[in-house]
Amino acid sequence: MSAAEVSAAAAPRSETAAKTARFPRPKRNPWRHPWFLEGFTWLYLIWSIVPIGIAVLFSFNSGKSQAVWQGFSLRWYVTDPLQSVLHNPTLHTAVLQTLLLSTYTTIISVPLGVAFAIGINRWRGATSSTFNFVMILSFVIPELIFGVAMFFVFTVLFTQVQLGTLAETLGLVTWNVSWPAIVVQARLVTIGRQYEEAAADLGATRMQAIRRVLLPLLAPAIFASAVLVFSGVIDDFVIVDLLSSTAATQPMSVIIYSTQHGGNGGPALNALATIMLLMSFVVAVAGYFGYRLLTRGERSDRQEAMASIAGL
Amino acid sequence: MTAGTREAGQRQPAGQPTGPRRRGQPGRRFWVALAAPGIIWLTLLFIVPFYAVIAIAAGQLNAILRVPMAAWNPLDWTSGNVTTVIHELFGAGAFVGPILVRTLVYVAVASVLSLLIAYPAAYFVARFAGPRKGLFLVLLIAPFWISYMMRMLAWIDLLQTNGYVNKVLGIVGISPVNWLGGEPVTVILGLVYGYIPYLILVLFAGLDRINPALIEAGRDLGLGRARTFMRVTLPLSRQPILTGLLITVLPMLGDYYTNQMLSGTSGTSMLGNVIEGQLETPGLQAQGAVLSLLLLIVLLVPMIYYVIATNRSSREAM
Repeated sequence: MSAAEVSAAAAPRSETAAKTARFPRPKRNPWRHPWFLEGFTWLYLIWSIVPIGIAVLFSFNSGKSQAVWQGFSLRWYVTDPLQSVLHNPTLHTAVLQTLLLSTYTTIISVPLGVAFAIGINRWRGATSSTFNFVMILSFVIPELIFGVAMFFVFTVLFTQVQLGTLAETLGLVTWNVSWPAIVVQARLVTIGRQYEEAAADLGATRMQAIRRVLLPLLAPAIFASAVLVFSGVIDDFVIVDLLSSTAATQPMSVIIYSTQHGGNGGPALNALATIMLLMSFVVAVAGYFGYRLLTRGERSDRQEAMASIAGL
Repeated sequence: MTAGTREAGQRQPAGQPTGPRRRGQPGRRFWVALAAPGIIWLTLLFIVPFYAVIAIAAGQLNAILRVPMAAWNPLDWTSGNVTTVIHELFGAGAFVGPILVRTLVYVAVASVLSLLIAYPAAYFVARFAGPRKGLFLVLLIAPFWISYMMRMLAWIDLLQTNGYVNKVLGIVGISPVNWLGGEPVTVILGLVYGYIPYLILVLFAGLDRINPALIEAGRDLGLGRARTFMRVTLPLSRQPILTGLLITVLPMLGDYYTNQMLSGTSGTSMLGNVIEGQLETPGLQAQGAVLSLLLLIVLLVPMIYYVIATNRSSREAM
């Protein structure tokens, strides 16, 4: 925000600077708008967004091509009796599987991560800092290496957990628990302990202080981390690819991958991807407005809300 | 942060009787109990799995069933799998060695390209977007919300032999290229397109934090635009550049899906393809375990650097 104010303030300043210059007027206004940079940025944005738009467009193609436009239809969503998302069991199972995994993972990992964050933050000792480090390590480790470890633990050691929905959920929770843990810890540091201490002075027990003081203060952070986990699972690929078994347990990302690189792609996959896109955007928009609602009493701005639900 | 006072408060004996508490006597046991589920979870499903990878990497192969036998006891560890993998990497006729070199080249080219594209865009939005910053930010964040597979699918559509890219090239008079038939260029483009949203967000967050007064000071003291950038902005953005590159390079090194989606031939295989392929092949799983462990060991240093760097910058932001 400060940058916006400054660049707004920079405009009048440039006039006075030119008038009162002691030196010969520079050949070009040093505060001129960087048109080249702006053009470059727009080119980048077009490059990053237009291909997606075209992919969405092809989900409405009436023909079988993913490359040549043959007219508009809803064939690949509903009307095709065999290959549409509605009628092809593999595709609509994938939609449900994605929703199921996102829900399970969010429900388990958010309370787990929030409790972990509060506990670790207050209990300071060698054990807690070791496990905090382990948690952060799980955040930065490349997903393939993590997926390989998960694959082996479920195929060699915990063999009761067979590859499938349970293994996927356990893997995804471990992979995502660091979101609430990190986001809530960051918020705990800014809140400090004075509110809880005030509650304790007024006679609240520790549970009451947590439930009625700390959790409401943490609500925006908890909400943002739930949004991040839910959308992260929608987009996740590596873990679910390694831990799924049959097509019945494969979510959308895996179906798109395996069908397309198996050479059986078609606009139905674009339709599936578009549904996935829509889900993510619903989560993003709901996340944005939910976050704004939860922080409405604070001095928060739009940029902060956007950054929070993007995990910045 | 009041770590000193907090610790002093917590050194109280744990396990006090319930009832009215006095301030400054928070029982440690309560916080331990709160953290315990997470700790148990991470132990069972993060630490133990990595021990399982080590046990398999150091174990032997069941010759009949072609399944790896994990050596749970460190005294039983053998080096057979490691030796095999080292031979595959560096020995005569090694097949993983060239793939490793290719992976490094692809990742290096892709991350330099990503940086060259992402930095100017992030710099513009952070510094010059003015009142339109919100709009630009939405557009920058949008790809972050679009699944990786969809973004690959989008390029598959465009790069088909009869797709729009070839049509546009046809106007200029270039005959159709089989982009999806194993072109390194396509794989690198896929990596850039796939990972750039993460890089650009980290860069934006870092550049947005630079105090504009510092840049103005440089200008006021008589530096031109280019020299202000070189001597003020660029040194101040070293940290975001490094963490941004790490956040893209780490997953790129384990990427197998970009190559599979956009090329699918062994001519553009990357390290991730080798590991994933070995996981799926009976008899080779232990070698996949060794390779992923070696990758982890190599990446441990940059990972820890990333943790420390982001910790420091978030503390500075307070």
